[in-house]
Amino acid sequence: MGSKKLPEVPAASLADIAFMLLIFFLVATQMNVDNGLERRLPQWVEEEQKIDQDVNERNVFVVLVNRNNDLLVENEWSSVAELRDKAKEFMANPNDDPNLPEKELKEVPIFGSTMVTKGVISLQNDRDTKYEMYIAVQNELVGAINDLRNELAMNKFGKPYDKCNEEEQDAIKEIYPSRISEAEPKKVAGGK
Amino acid sequence: MSKFRKDDHKGLPPISTASLPDIVFMLLFFFMVVVQMRDVSLMVKVQVPEATEISKIEKKSLVSYIYIGEPQTQYRRTHGTAPRIQLNDKWAGVADISDFIIVEREARDEAERPQMITALKVDENTKMGIVADVKTELRKAAALHILYSSRKVAKVE
Repeated sequence: MGSKKLPEVPAASLADIAFMLLIFFLVATQMNVDNGLERRLPQWVEEEQKIDQDVNERNVFVVLVNRNNDLLVENEWSSVAELRDKAKEFMANPNDDPNLPEKELKEVPIFGSTMVTKGVISLQNDRDTKYEMYIAVQNELVGAINDLRNELAMNKFGKPYDKCNEEEQDAIKEIYPSRISEAEPKKVAGGK
Repeated sequence: MSKFRKDDHKGLPPISTASLPDIVFMLLFFFMVVVQMRDVSLMVKVQVPEATEISKIEKKSLVSYIYIGEPQTQYRRTHGTAPRIQLNDKWAGVADISDFIIVEREARDEAERPQMITALKVDENTKMGIVADVKTELRKAAALHILYSSRKVAKVE
């Protein structure tokens, strides 16, 4: 080694330099927290060709939010806190209540032929509804379906829905589809 | 073997700081990998609402952001206080959304395009009118997979 005579480069300041870089990155960057409610929008149809699918009234769970952020669920005043249970009862219809959605026999993988609900949740809001309220309502509706899926997964597979594999998840999804339809908001009457 | 003999008769040596840079560099690399550059400076005030049924986005490269909210204080004079849309670093109107989506789509790999997600970062005090307009534009642009950004809470009051 020829470098025997050269003095060693002091490494003491290396830590400081690294700290400086570290602090720069802490300041200049952000931890990205990308979480939120995931939804799928319906396909755009030219000029809204009124696709009246003739849904039976008992199969539709109507949720209206007006400009004062009041909630009307199935023609009754309601609150966000009650919404989840109502939606769950509607989608599950455990006692085959004639006022709640009908079910049809369907071939579902893993489960075999099962009664699957035909229920649709319809959400309509005013253009003046607060976004916070809208998300609260969406959250409860998505939560209701997630709860039902979880319960079913627990019963059938003994584990929560997000721990199931893709095949099991698909089967559950078929029994409890996430059918939340949103109409174009309009000026729903209400308030001054 | 004599090379490895310990001479502990000298008492406690001072703790060596030679490894300190390595530790700090490790931290540095960790942060460099985990975080993302702040690419847009927010010109609108966005306080996203709370929700419990949160799903996380794993691939951040697939997400494009639309910010909606009141302009921040320094922009009030020129842009008023009504909620506005911000795309990347620019103010935008509802009509600009479809162009924005097309540009974002072009920037991605062909294979990734079907999985693209549009994250709506909307202030909780915004009225639904502007959000509904944006959603209509997104539907027209066939960007159907959306995410309403929200904060995770255990329970919404």
